[in-house]
Amino acid sequence: MPASAIAELLQTHENELLQEWTIAQRAAGIRADLIDEDTVIANSRELLKLLTVAAAAGIDDFESVQWSPIKGMLERLSRSQSRQGFTPSDTATFIFSLKEPLFSRIQQYSDDAAKDIWQINQLLDKLGLYTVECFMTGREAIIREQQESMLELSTPVVELWKGILAIPLIGSLDSNRTQIVMEALLEKIVQTESDIAIIDITGVPTVDTMVAQHLLKTVTAAKLMGAKCIISGIRPQIAATIVHLGVELGDVITKASLADAFQMALKELNVRLVTSATR
Amino acid sequence: MGKREIFPLKQETDIVLIRQRVRQAAEAAKLGLVSQTKIVTAASEIARNALIYGGGGECMIEDTVRNGRNAVHLVITDQGKGIADIAKAMVDGYTSGNGLGLGLSGAKRLVDEFIIESDLGKGTRVELWKWR
Ligand SMILES: Nc1ncnc2c1ncn2[C@@H]1O[C@H](COP(=O)(O)OP(=O)(O)OP(=O)(O)O)[C@@H](O)[C@H]1O
Ligand SMILES: [Mg+2]
Repeated sequence: MPASAIAELLQTHENELLQEWTIAQRAAGIRADLIDEDTVIANSRELLKLLTVAAAAGIDDFESVQWSPIKGMLERLSRSQSRQGFTPSDTATFIFSLKEPLFSRIQQYSDDAAKDIWQINQLLDKLGLYTVECFMTGREAIIREQQESMLELSTPVVELWKGILAIPLIGSLDSNRTQIVMEALLEKIVQTESDIAIIDITGVPTVDTMVAQHLLKTVTAAKLMGAKCIISGIRPQIAATIVHLGVELGDVITKASLADAFQMALKELNVRLVTSATR
Repeated sequence: MGKREIFPLKQETDIVLIRQRVRQAAEAAKLGLVSQTKIVTAASEIARNALIYGGGGECMIEDTVRNGRNAVHLVITDQGKGIADIAKAMVDGYTSGNGLGLGLSGAKRLVDEFIIESDLGKGTRVELWKWR
């Protein structure tokens, strides 16, 4: 059976194929909670039409241009389903369920059914695998987006007292995030006309040369704007590591805890807190 | 014990993952908290170099035994331009970019064994060991 005959077969039997295919999808366990019947039919119809057009131009070479519309459709489908909570096998099952109805048509009309079925089988396997590939790419894109939104979430600069800012850093600092956090701090210093900024690194698991450099740059920039920085929360293992790395903190003021740093800041501003004698 | 994994090193976020996995390997090898932090920091330095100067590569992480002691073993490779003068690159404060120039020399001080090999035009391979 030449490819054109297969295309013809797809076209003449479109309606029965569509019906049997959707039944097969249901039998394979469709996610009725995530997708409605109309969408299933619409997707199936679209794919069948694209398959007919592509097959008419030849089914040997999956890389040739006639297959790009079908790839485009599968790509959109896989991406949107991955966002909706489908598994890769849910999406691939959509393709694989077409095998049974299509094979039985070929069986009926082809002179060399074994050969044709083998060929179509390989094609549908490729389409199925392609959805899995797109699915993975979709997942990776989601993960990347989430990482980026985390960057924006985690930059709270808080005013502890008039003139005293604190920025509690938590989590891994890669260069993007460190940059954003440090710029946020400098902006807030200007905006609140603060004299002292406390950078607390209790929640930072690693301080490498890149993080150290960002910290030092921030301290210098703050100084130029007339504000003094205190770095607090350097844990013993971090202190030991910084020393071995060879990073020199120079005249940067460090304090063991955020509380100590705050106390020092209050003293600098000549604020004295007294416990009330009478309650 | 005896787990060996290879991680890609193509973008900044890969460094974050590598740090986490090195930390896990160091915990599995029962290294103390200071040693854990040192090997994680050394890995971070070498991985960032491989990414920035070497155009990316990969990182092998293994927890194993060395001379009867539990150990973490890392091999970070890239296929970048290589280092022309390793001795110069290892000098405190030397940078061809705008770093502090402490990554290589600092990493060497943080670990128990440090082996660096580099072929001009072919790439760089750094092996790090930290044991109990
Ligand atoms: N994998 C590599 N491929 C090519 N060149 C490298 C590689 N690693 C390091 N170098 C070269 O060696 C120099 C010194 O590296 P080192 O890590 O000590 O400092 P840095 O990366 O410049 O700054 P820092 O690590 O302190 O932020 C680099 O500036 C770079 O020229
Ligand atoms: Mg470096």
